[in-house]
Amino acid sequence: MFARGLKRKCAEDEEAAPAYSLQRQSLLDMSLVKLQLCHMLVEPNLCRSVLIANTVRQIQEEMTQDGSWCVPVPQTAGRASRDRLVSTEILCRSAREGARPAHDPGDPASELQVVPAAQAPGAPPGGVWDGDGPRENRGSFHKSLDQIFETLESQSPGAVQELFSDVDGSYYDLDAVLTGMVGGAKSGQDGLEAFAATAAPSPSAGCKSDLGELDHVVEILVET
Amino acid sequence: MVLQPSERHYGDWNHGRLGPWCSPTGSPAPLSCETGCGEGSWILVCRLLFPTQVSLLSMEEDIDTRKINNSFLRDHSYATEADIISTVEFNHTGELLATGDKGGRVVIFQREQESKNQVHRRGEYNVYSTFQSHEPEFDYLKSLEIEEKINKIRWLPQQNAAYFLLSTNDKTVKLWKVSERDKRPEGYNLKDEEGRLRDPATITTLRVPVLRPMDLMVEATPRRVFANAHTYHINSISVNSDYETYMSADDLRINLWNFEITNQSFNIVDIKPANMEELTEVITAAEFHPHHCNTFVYSSSKGTIRLCDMRASALCDRHTKFFEEPEDPSNRSFFSEIISSISDVKFSHSGRYIMTRDYLTVKVWDLNMENRPIETYQVHDYLRSKLCSLYENDCIFDKFECVWNGSDSVIMTGSYNNFFRMFDRNTKRDVTLEASRENSKPRAILKPRKVCVGGKRRKDEISVDSLDFSKKILHTAWHPSENIIAVAATNNLYIFQDKVN
Repeated sequence: MFARGLKRKCAEDEEAAPAYSLQRQSLLDMSLVKLQLCHMLVEPNLCRSVLIANTVRQIQEEMTQDGSWCVPVPQTAGRASRDRLVSTEILCRSAREGARPAHDPGDPASELQVVPAAQAPGAPPGGVWDGDGPRENRGSFHKSLDQIFETLESQSPGAVQELFSDVDGSYYDLDAVLTGMVGGAKSGQDGLEAFAATAAPSPSAGCKSDLGELDHVVEILVET
Repeated sequence: MVLQPSERHYGDWNHGRLGPWCSPTGSPAPLSCETGCGEGSWILVCRLLFPTQVSLLSMEEDIDTRKINNSFLRDHSYATEADIISTVEFNHTGELLATGDKGGRVVIFQREQESKNQVHRRGEYNVYSTFQSHEPEFDYLKSLEIEEKINKIRWLPQQNAAYFLLSTNDKTVKLWKVSERDKRPEGYNLKDEEGRLRDPATITTLRVPVLRPMDLMVEATPRRVFANAHTYHINSISVNSDYETYMSADDLRINLWNFEITNQSFNIVDIKPANMEELTEVITAAEFHPHHCNTFVYSSSKGTIRLCDMRASALCDRHTKFFEEPEDPSNRSFFSEIISSISDVKFSHSGRYIMTRDYLTVKVWDLNMENRPIETYQVHDYLRSKLCSLYENDCIFDKFECVWNGSDSVIMTGSYNNFFRMFDRNTKRDVTLEASRENSKPRAILKPRKVCVGGKRRKDEISVDSLDFSKKILHTAWHPSENIIAVAATNNLYIFQDKVN
């Protein structure tokens, strides 16, 4: 029984892990765009910006733990105080500047102690995603961030749309994967098994139209 | 400043005529499951503030001109962004109902007076006064436009014939006096017709002025302007039970004001970190205890509530009580923090409980128990599987408010698709009702609505995918002693009352 269960788990690992990391990546991209748009406003809705920034931190923390984000945030304590949120600038710079030792004890992000959302009971943190090539992942992260900044800097609405068209396919399952793992964990099943099960159906047909709306917003904001 | 009164009036244009509702003794009617949350027990009394309808009104309509001559109409026949209602608040007797909108206007409604031959009209509200509370401004130092949108209105307890209310936009709180005038003094001989003093040498006799009746005027005058104290956006104002002070809370600070002093305020809470890049939490709402003038609470974006005692120290950076529910690990997701962010906090009338609203639930906390709420009600749990889409389209950041009924036994809060929810704390029954033009005719009993959650959709049920997320009920109010509620749905204000059995 044990062996059978184990085998089944391994098989699902391979399927579920890339799907999850892809969707987490899309969520991160979406959050970074939202943050960037916040920064274009003189006085953004602070509550909203803080919540989005915390979401980015949380994703970043989880990615750091499972190795798909090898670059921790740099020290921010010494930086001059500005009336701005913790920003994507930090995240971007770190992604661009290259490696620092992982799990820096002085790393402010490590104080957050965010437990990864995907961590199912019994699953060792990080271990699940070891099959993912961290290098490859980081590469795609590099790419998406660069894209975001290029497009936002060039302020071309067409480019923004392009950026979204690159990501949108993965949105479909986001609801199911990122919020649907609840049931699996509750019922005491293996986390991934439930995970894979919930990831399979793709509800939220509204996603696509919502995305169109976001495109529109981006267009407007970029043009102004 | 009195706003330019218009010659046009709008008054009782609603269509419904209802039977007597209130209990004969006039005491607050307790809300039982039969009368309160029971299915089909709420009826529409009137729908107010719908510009299309209002401007269609012509003078031959039955308009009560005796009572209202200081209201004006917007000169358009379509709803604009400016007409969206942004706050609703009954005064302490329930006689008046104030609304604020995105255009900076305050509209006050007055309840139809009870008279022997018009008993059936109780529960109806007519326009009493309308004034422009805030105007759009420009902050030249920050090169930033300050919206005129009214974020909150709070009434002061009535102490004389006049009414006072506080209204606030993002930055500035104003104290308004709303008073009636139906007489004017005539016969002064110290001044001429234009109000200039006459030469005393020409006055040989002194005439005592007499008060002559005139058409009733309702005047709104700004008595105090409390400005320049908030760097961030004001989300709450709350009048203290000492009636001398009030507080205003923005994202990072709470200030305490004396009603008589506009040029200084005391900063009682400041959570702004020295380095804004370390900011992870903001203040989302704050309120004074209804009876203890030293106590107030504020909620945060991390889902916590802090109770502070101003007797402990002048700067309430350290809380006296800290209410927080441990996170359920089985419900954890990337959106956990966002959906636990508290959008509204309200003390019960008794002062014993606090109610908080987060994105998916409304919770009741006992002041004596900090580690978990005593009651948790699911407002729209079916959205839990849609959080990513709601994050994407920003609905997840919507700030729903919540209210208590007069006896603290029922709570009400809003949802999407023009739905609002009521929870009876005693019977644990709940009901979903809809505020919409199409589905509620005057006097008709509101049909409870149901959202289909998985499986087959039954007749009369609405599937989650067909909910309209652009129609949201964010602001509601409950009459302080009776079962009359006001529900703001975009630019419409609906008044419902409990149907008499």
